[in-house]
Amino acid sequence: MKVLVPVKRVIDFNVAVRVKADRTGVDLANVKMSINPFCEIAVEEAVRLKEKGIATEVVAVSVGPQGASETLRTALAMGADRAILVKHDGELEPLTVAKILRGVCAEEKPELVILGKQAIDDDCNQTGQMLAALLGWPQGTFAAKIDIEGGRIAVTREVDGGLQSVSLSLPAIVTTDLRLNEPRYASLPNIMKARKKPIAEKSVADYGVDPTPRLKVLEVREPEKRKAGGKVASAAELVSKLRERGVI
Amino acid sequence: MASLVIAEHNGLALDEGTAKTVAAAAQISQPVHILVAGQACGAVAEQAAKLGGVEKVLVADDARYAHFLAEPVAELVLSLAAGYDALLAAATANGKGVMPRVAAKLDVPQISEILSVESPDIFRRPIYAGNAIQTVEAKGFKKVITVRVAAFTAVAKDGNAAIEPVAAAADPGISQFVSENLSRSERPELQGAKIIVSGGRGLQSKDNFVLIERIADKLGAAVGASRAAVDAGFVPNDRQVGQTGKIVAPELYIAVGISGAIQHLAGMKDSKVIVAINKDESAPIFGVADYGLVADLFEALPELEKALDQK
Ligand SMILES: Cc1cc2nc3c(=O)[nH]c(=O)nc-3n(C[C@H](O)[C@H](O)[C@H](O)COP(=O)(O)OP(=O)(O)OC[C@H]3O[C@@H](n4cnc5c(N)ncnc54)[C@H](O)[C@@H]3O)c2cc1C
Ligand SMILES: Nc1ncnc2c1ncn2[C@@H]1O[C@H](COP(=O)(O)O)[C@@H](O)[C@H]1O
Repeated sequence: MKVLVPVKRVIDFNVAVRVKADRTGVDLANVKMSINPFCEIAVEEAVRLKEKGIATEVVAVSVGPQGASETLRTALAMGADRAILVKHDGELEPLTVAKILRGVCAEEKPELVILGKQAIDDDCNQTGQMLAALLGWPQGTFAAKIDIEGGRIAVTREVDGGLQSVSLSLPAIVTTDLRLNEPRYASLPNIMKARKKPIAEKSVADYGVDPTPRLKVLEVREPEKRKAGGKVASAAELVSKLRERGVI
Repeated sequence: MASLVIAEHNGLALDEGTAKTVAAAAQISQPVHILVAGQACGAVAEQAAKLGGVEKVLVADDARYAHFLAEPVAELVLSLAAGYDALLAAATANGKGVMPRVAAKLDVPQISEILSVESPDIFRRPIYAGNAIQTVEAKGFKKVITVRVAAFTAVAKDGNAAIEPVAAAADPGISQFVSENLSRSERPELQGAKIIVSGGRGLQSKDNFVLIERIADKLGAAVGASRAAVDAGFVPNDRQVGQTGKIVAPELYIAVGISGAIQHLAGMKDSKVIVAINKDESAPIFGVADYGLVADLFEALPELEKALDQK
């Protein structure tokens, strides 16, 4: 079965983001960009399915600027077979990405699409569920474990109260949570090999999708900063301070 | 026109987050209706009917909604959507599962985790783990919204709404519930708790977490954790506080053996009072703490327990 893995290029999770002085967004100039951590988990899971002989081909896809090809190279170095870059400069809403991915699915006919549960830049947590709805497929969101068996997929999900297991018909959508796996580091030989793997270039227009955002961002601000208080010398002092404050 | 709030519940009790979602909905479009989808969920409907400012509670009582699977629940919401200009749910695992499906089928964007309603068309929401706050305008289409409940105050329980059954919608039949493994605890839920005591990697083992639990029990507090503590198996996944875990804002948050990575801060920095106990005085958690105790937690926690016993 073919597995499609949409990956997003985002500011690296270790970078402290800065809001631009004109309040139009965050500063992306000279900032380290990386594959979204949840997408990295998605690639890892797809590659493991291939290693187990369940997946026949792993295709990574990213919608974004030319720089997103680096993110696709990361996926290829981890073990994806080939990649698709749908080129677009500028903001994209999850629904737009989902519509483009629907087009990619129509072409590629994957049986499983594994996405991250959330992109750590927009923190939307929408794209996988939207794609599932557009395709009429079931969704296994926030996956901590997946098992493919007998034409179905069993997904253990991280939900608010603990874990929930569901069984979905295939084709299906899975979105990854943190505990699904621990992504590998790409080895140097695999990084070299990835350079030779193909990245097909497409445009948003190829999928007949209008990329114009419909939500209007009026401004982006820094959150109110919390001021650090003082230190206490002992647990006893802490307790008396908290009692004075009336919180315990 | 009106807004529809999807109730969050466990079949028996309405989650407090619903009362907060109603507060958000009332600022967007009135009257507010609540949809309770579940099986044998009459008690939940009655609790929902008591929420202030709610005009009507719609109850879809059917086996297909027993486990709130996103596929059938989204179809149910869609079957009712025409009567509303705003559809809202708390940003819980359930809400996050269902609402994007609804939005996609309606061909509208979803606005995730709103922090405030500036006007019926303008909302604030966090991006980059709350390190930036975006103000967005959603005009000219039906609003599909998830609400960060920690940012809203619950409406009073002084209502008396009418309760009406609604027909179940078609089940696409593509997903089945298999089982669930909910972590049981006598302690309060993270999201409703007034006090939370959280432990991190510094606790070193599952067994040591009992030090956290003892403090929590003395304070009637919930127990939380950092991702590192969950990944290491010290506590179940549902205790994770942070950007990609639970977002909390209790009266008092005590972080023990937690460094204060931005992803953790994202989940707790709006707490009223923050206490940090860490042996590294340069740990970033001290940058947001009202009271910092630089100490080895294996000494500090037993001392804290003793100090709490002394009146
Ligand atoms: C995509 C993504 C999402 C994430 N989401 C989350 C999230 O939702 N929530 C979350 O918490 N993290 C999240 N993280 C992880 C986050 O980046 C940090 O790795 C994590 O929060 C660290 O946990 P910690 O503070 O327990 O561990 P560490 O950073 O290892 O800190 C342990 C602390 O314990 C202190 N300590 C050790 N021993 C003692 C002792 N004896 N006494 C006192 N202090 C001691 C140390 O000084 C140190 O400060 C996410 C990361 C990524 C990439
Ligand atoms: N521009 C994009 N290109 C490829 N995949 C994307 C893109 N945006 C979002 N995704 C996928 O959707 C997931 C969730 O993103 P979001 O809904 O934006 O939080 C990500 O982890 C990716 O797997």
